Amino acid sequence: MAYLTINNLHKRFDDHVVVHDFNMSIEQGEFVTFLGPSGCGKTTVLRMIAGFETPTSGQIRVGGDDITHQSPQKRGIGMVFQSYALFPNMNVTQNIGFGLKMRKCDGAEIARKVAEVIKLVELSGKENHYPHELSGGQRQRVALARALVVEPRILLLDEPLSALDARIRKNLREQIRDIQRRLGLTTIFVTHDQEEALTMSDRIFVMNQGRVEQEGRAEMVYTQPATEFVARFMGNYNLLGAADTHRLLGLDIQGHLAIRPESIHVLDAHSQQADTLAGTIRQHQLLGSIIRYQIDSGGVTLQVDRLNRTASDLMPVGTEVRLQISRDDMREVR
Amino acid sequence: MKSTSRLGAWVAIAIGTLYFLLPLIATFEFSLKMNRDGYSFEAYKVVLSDPGFQATFGYSTLMAVLTIIVGIVLVVPTAYWIQLKLPRLRPLVEFITLLPLVIPAIVIVFGYLKLYNSSSWLPLTGNERATDFLLMCSYVTLALPYLYRSIDAGLRAIDVRTLTEAAESLGASWPSILLQVIFPNVKSAILSGAFLTFAVVIGEFTMASLLGRPAFGPYLQLIGANRAYEPSALAIIAFMVTWASMGLIQVFARNARPARKTA
Repeated sequence: MAYLTINNLHKRFDDHVVVHDFNMSIEQGEFVTFLGPSGCGKTTVLRMIAGFETPTSGQIRVGGDDITHQSPQKRGIGMVFQSYALFPNMNVTQNIGFGLKMRKCDGAEIARKVAEVIKLVELSGKENHYPHELSGGQRQRVALARALVVEPRILLLDEPLSALDARIRKNLREQIRDIQRRLGLTTIFVTHDQEEALTMSDRIFVMNQGRVEQEGRAEMVYTQPATEFVARFMGNYNLLGAADTHRLLGLDIQGHLAIRPESIHVLDAHSQQADTLAGTIRQHQLLGSIIRYQIDSGGVTLQVDRLNRTASDLMPVGTEVRLQISRDDMREVR
Repeated sequence: MKSTSRLGAWVAIAIGTLYFLLPLIATFEFSLKMNRDGYSFEAYKVVLSDPGFQATFGYSTLMAVLTIIVGIVLVVPTAYWIQLKLPRLRPLVEFITLLPLVIPAIVIVFGYLKLYNSSSWLPLTGNERATDFLLMCSYVTLALPYLYRSIDAGLRAIDVRTLTEAAESLGASWPSILLQVIFPNVKSAILSGAFLTFAVVIGEFTMASLLGRPAFGPYLQLIGANRAYEPSALAIIAFMVTWASMGLIQVFARNARPARKTA
């Protein structure tokens, strides 16, 4: 039986429906991500799980208990906020120990547990610092430690990395995932960043306009988008309409054809391989480890990514090429 | 053009400063002239050793402290709850808290006398302790515009909602959230409101006089009507109390850590 189950969750603010019939189940120890653009309802679902919003209808169960109408204090669910939400009047030790103090733990136990978790999040030496004396990354680690120390049944992370710069974000996401694995903690992570979702999650729920567009393992959601929205949101998919698909590939489809930029092979213009398309490079962008080309083929512009291995890999604008796309890498989406 | 406007500004500042300072300097100078032989602090000595001064100043100080305590207990949870759960009610509450500035104190106190006289259903003017309580309540009303604004500004400077939710998720009860998370983070705002309240209450005349209580305001008026130099000394003492309160507001505001929406 799943550890967390959500059945037909529905949330309405006045006349505006924010979450439509949301259903999910999570196993214990799983790391799940709600991924979607701003206003898609992902944070509202998270807040309903935490108990900060009351569902209009539906049910939330944790470990078999119905917690739908339980107060946040009694749910035993930890939360890390985007804005850290550290208590400005308390130092690192007091912030982390706050939850244990509220649970009436004795002083020695609080000191021991706080010391353990400070070591876990690598904040040793910062015990007496106040939030305003810490960097963004350190503050977020304090917030994480504060949520972890009370040993929550579920950990909720509401865009915890979005206020941090790229380097710290990368380090911290690895640290969060590592700690989650070590503690076997059931975790729900909310983000609008597909890279974060792909690198951290066991499973991803892609959300749009209060509904789940697609749910599945990270690699599956990325390589097999179910809808046009998922294909657009997950990456730089080439999305061809029915007419373009017929003209370029001779295929008849109903919705759109999604082709990942990295799955298109660029061959020499004189290549004799069968089933290739002629193309001309119109633009290129150097994105570090990859080079992104805009290639015109039969009046359709395709985006193609190639590994940037050596300086000679860069093909100049105007170069004639041939493109090879495997049928397995084409996916019809609704 | 620039130097002309700068000169104009300096002239305006000089006129303003003289307008405020000259009467004070004159009052202070007059208060030192009690001895015919020359300047002395005789008037201050007389005033400070007067049992009437000690009693009324002590009474008003006690009233101010009680007003501050009751005001804080009333206003902090109200302002917090409005910010957290009922933001739509903020304009209404702001309007209500401004009423004491619009309605003259004399009108309020006559309302009290009508409502709480000795033959009413709640005879708060029936005995001295009950009248003290009524006076304290009237001071809370009088202090509302200052106390509410100050505390509301303090609450707006912190992310009340997220801090509350963080505390809730850690298992904190409502009293714990208020006392351990919200109060300490609006401490300087509360203190600013408290000193303003103190300054308002310590010299208040109308309510204390009409309710017949021995406060510092009526004492000031009584001395002013019967003595020459002592009223000037008292006026300077009253100003010093007010200035000390304002100075303490500045000290606490400066010492408070910068307001952080997110910490």
